[in-house]
Formats: sequence, structure tokens, C-alpha cells
Amino acid sequence: MGQLLEQVVNGLQLGFVYALIAVGYTMVYGIIKLINFAHGDVIMVGAFVTFFGLVRGIPWPVAILIGMIVCAVLGVVIERLAYRPLREKGAPRIAALITAIGVSLFLENFASLRIAFGPDFRQFPAMVTRAQWNIFGVTISSIQVLIVSITILLVLILQVVVYRTKIGKAMRAVSMDMDAARLMGINVNMVIAFTFAIGSALAAAAGALWAAAYPQIWPYMGIMPGLKAFTAAVLGGIGSIPGALLGAVLMGQAEVLTAAYLTTDFKDAVAFAMLILVLLIRPAGLLGKAGPEKV
Amino acid sequence: MATVRRNSIISAGLIVALFIVLYVMRQQGLMSAYWAMILDLALITTTSAIGLSLIYGFTGQFSLGHAAFYGIGAYVAAFITKSYGATTLNFTLALLAGALAAAVVAFLVGLPILRLRSDYLGIATLGFGVIVKVFFDNSDKLSKLLGGSMGMTGIPRITTFPWVFWSAVLVILVARNLVNSSHGRACITVREDEIAADIMGIDTTRFKMLAFTLGCAMAGLAGGLYAHLYAFLHPKSFEFLKSFDVLLIVVLGGLGSLTGTVVAGMGVVFLQEALRDVLGQEFLEWRGVVYALLLIVLMILRPQGLMGGWEFSLDRLLLRRGKGGKARGAA
Repeated sequence: MGQLLEQVVNGLQLGFVYALIAVGYTMVYGIIKLINFAHGDVIMVGAFVTFFGLVRGIPWPVAILIGMIVCAVLGVVIERLAYRPLREKGAPRIAALITAIGVSLFLENFASLRIAFGPDFRQFPAMVTRAQWNIFGVTISSIQVLIVSITILLVLILQVVVYRTKIGKAMRAVSMDMDAARLMGINVNMVIAFTFAIGSALAAAAGALWAAAYPQIWPYMGIMPGLKAFTAAVLGGIGSIPGALLGAVLMGQAEVLTAAYLTTDFKDAVAFAMLILVLLIRPAGLLGKAGPEKV
Repeated sequence: MATVRRNSIISAGLIVALFIVLYVMRQQGLMSAYWAMILDLALITTTSAIGLSLIYGFTGQFSLGHAAFYGIGAYVAAFITKSYGATTLNFTLALLAGALAAAVVAFLVGLPILRLRSDYLGIATLGFGVIVKVFFDNSDKLSKLLGGSMGMTGIPRITTFPWVFWSAVLVILVARNLVNSSHGRACITVREDEIAADIMGIDTTRFKMLAFTLGCAMAGLAGGLYAHLYAFLHPKSFEFLKSFDVLLIVVLGGLGSLTGTVVAGMGVVFLQEALRDVLGQEFLEWRGVVYALLLIVLMILRPQGLMGGWEFSLDRLLLRRGKGGKARGAA
């Protein structure tokens, strides 16, 4: 029982990091229906910026914050240069998707350059002193506490921004009906840019936390967590923020519990088989709403 | 009718002439062994991309798992020649078995999965691709010959230029004839509007399955050729990122244009190698950056793809029936 609880806690640690990434995917998808494949690489940039802050002796909360700000700007720049021109041309959605793949390749390859971050693995410094506590027979590490508390804090802030502020209201309006929102005087481009900024800032925090838990960073580190988080967003129902959180927590549990009790070799296969099954039963994800088909 | 027959003879003649020219160039050493290998790879990639062009470009079924079927074909074909010897007969059978295996898997997977639409279908096929890659990683548990995550070695290196060239021609011909048949028009209808197609009495499930199975069989065939070209297979060559590469070719060429797929397929492979030459040793690490930038700029300038639904046609060229032709709207 104690061992099972411990695995559940490990799963939560993973699931919470996925949650921060998944929220970014789902918000962007909810607004412009784009699978932003470059989102995974924003995680990497966030981790690297935090890393450079930490090695220069900047305290970790400030380092993470700098990473979040840099990535927010990066997200807005990507949106402005790569996605907005396509949107204004009325290009098909697939063109935007291919552009997103292009941006992803660009970030990975640029980061690998020697004038940028370089192609090598780097050891991420410890942000908090490593400690372990035993609570009712379950071992909990300081890193787990850090991840869970930062994630909860950020999700609460996100909740306030999306549901309690004017810009949040505009975001929800744009995701419901972009044209109607524009007619009501909402600056749609600004709202989209803001969405990218928030999503990318959360991804940067996720990158820093990921690096705290698995302290090896390199330019291609974002691909797998990005893919898993995206899958989690689809699992929960893409476009829905609570869905992304639920999907991410389930994904984390599935991955850790499969590895602990079933098979380590096939853990990815189990996670994705689960995804396919869920999609076959609920094609719009767990919390997603299947809209009526327009004829 | 007579002009059509005359034109098919001319096209056949042109294809044979192209083959002879390329073949002689290779024999006489006008093409270095390195570029000859790139040409083979480009043709194999195109063969696989034609398959995805049928699935996505013409039938509109968003598949992000194409590399998995390519891999299934590669592993099955390699397993056969490795176990039973590298005779021509065995190679032919191995290629067919690879294509057939990919088709059977595509059929079984497609049956439930093709009910999903657009992005959800994409993510389900992507998930399937990850599952297949995990199985390749653990394939040594099935048979030591398959090599697992260490990669499969000892495959006979018997893919030659004629095999690659005629396979590509065969696949293009099959795709062209399908697209211009009533079955092909049904597929295009499914892409344009599935509900309307349904109402018009088109059995949408049947045509989605047809395109998916046939397209994946083409990927399987290409995989078999690839396996015997490099004589080494690694699960990493078939991961989901490789599916993106094929998708990129199909979109870059223009959805619903076989000409576009061929041009983009050859172009992308050659461009990646040419960048190596252009940038030189000093700037080699910039290759990926330049490639990514070219991709983004090209997509922003021509979101409908290079050909945007336009097809090359000898009939039109000879009859001079106006330029451009009817552009099929890309979805």
C-alpha cells in the first residue's frame, strides 16, 4: 500500500509538469485550432534560460521568472512572425501545422548551434536542497513539493486570469466564436498574442520544473514531454483547460503505474493505447464537447 | 481515343528514356556513388509519400503515423531476406510481403480508427506510430534476428537503382489511375465533404479504408526497399518525427497533386544533401536552421503548396489545351 501511494505521488509529480505544458497546447488550440508543435521546444528554451540564470547565482524563483518572461516574448514573436501571416492570408489549417513543425525544427537546430546553447547535455543545478520526508509511510522529496506547489500556484493564477479578468473574458469569447468576438470590438490578434504569451510562460516554468526533476538538459529535451502533454490535452478534450489538467494527471499516473507494475519496456505503448481507446469511446476526449456537425 | 493511346506510348517512352539516361550516368560514373545513393533514397521517399498523398492529399484522412507503416514494411522484408537468403525471387517476395504486412496492419488499425476525424485521427495515428516504435525497440524479444533497440544488422544490400526506379513508377501509375477513376473521385468527395459524400450514396468508410490500406501498402513497399539499400534498420528511423517528414512533403507539394508530391519528395531529399555542400564544413551545423527557415518561409509564401492541386499532364501539353488546367481546391 505504501509503495502504491509512493508511485501515485511520483505520478502526480510527472502529471503536474505535463499539466503546465498541456494547458498551453489546449489554450492555443481552443483559440486558433492549431496544434502548436513548437510548444515542446519552448519548454527547452525555458529550461535553458533558467539554467543560465541559476549558474550565474540568481535565486531560483527569479531565474524561473526570467525564463517565463523570455519564453512569453518568444511565444509572441513566434506567433507574430510565423502564424499570423498565414492567418491573415486565410491559409488552410494544415499550412499552419507544417509551419509549426518548421518552427519546432528551427528552435531545436538553432539551440544546438555552438553560438546558442550548444548540442551537449548539461547538468541542471539543484534549485532546492534535496530532502526527503516520511509522511504516513510515503516518502516525499523536496523536489516533488516544489513541483506540486509551483504548479498549483500557477494554475490558480491562470484560473483567475481566465475567469476573473477582462482579457480572460476576451480569450473565452474568441475561443467560442472568433468572428463574433471581433464584431464586439475585441482585438483578436492581441488576444491570440496574449494566449501565446501565457501558454509559453507556463511551458517555461514546466521546463524548469522538468529539469529540476530530471536534471539533464539538451536542445531536444522538449520533444517527448511536449508530445506526452499534447496527448494529455487530447485525452482530456482539447480546448478545455480543466480537461487538460485532468488528462495530464491521468497521463502521469498511467505512465508511472505502468512502469512500476506492468512493464517498463512498453510503458509508452500502454499510454498511447489508452489514448486511442479513450478517443474511440469518447471521440472528443474526456471533458471535450462534441459540437454538432454543420451541414 | 487515338491521341490518348499515342500519348501513353510517348509517356512510356519518356519514362524508359529517363531510366536509361540515369542508369547510364550511374554506370559511366557521371554521378558519384554518393549522389546515386541520394537519388535512390529520394525515389524511395517519394514512393512512400505518394502513399500518404492518397491518404491525406486526396482522401483527406489526416495520418501522422505513416513512418510506422514504412517501418513495418522494412522490418518484414528484411526479416524474410535475412532468414531465407537474398535471391531475386526472395527479394521480390519480401517486398510484396512487406507491402502486404503494412496493408493488413493498416486495415486492422484503420477499421476502428478511421471513424475519428481531422486532428483526432491525426493524434490517434500518431499514437499508433509511437506504439509501433516501442514494438520495434523490443522486437528482439520476438526474434533475435530483428535486433531490438540495437538495430537490425546483416540485411543483404540488394536494392539497386532499377528496383527503386520501377517501384516508384509502379506506385505513381497505380496512384494516378486510382485518382482518375470513379473510386478516386469518390475519395476526393470524402475529402471535400464527408457528410455530403455520405448523402450522395458514397460508402465513405469503404473509400477511406481503400485509400488508407493502399497508401500504407505503398509505404510498406518503400520500407522494404529502404531496408535493403542501407542494410541496417534502427527503430529511431521510424519514430513519429519521421512521419512529419512525409507529411511535410505531401503538404509542401500541394494537397491533391501527385506531381507536387513527386517534386517535393525529390526536392526535400536533395535539398537536405545540397545544403551540406553549399554550407561547407564550417557552417555544417547551420544546415538544420536553414532548412527549417526555408520550410517556414515557403509555407508562408505558398500555403497551398508548390503545385497547389495542379497536375502535370502530357495530354494537355501536347494538345496545348490552355495552360494551368483545372486547379483542384486543396482542403
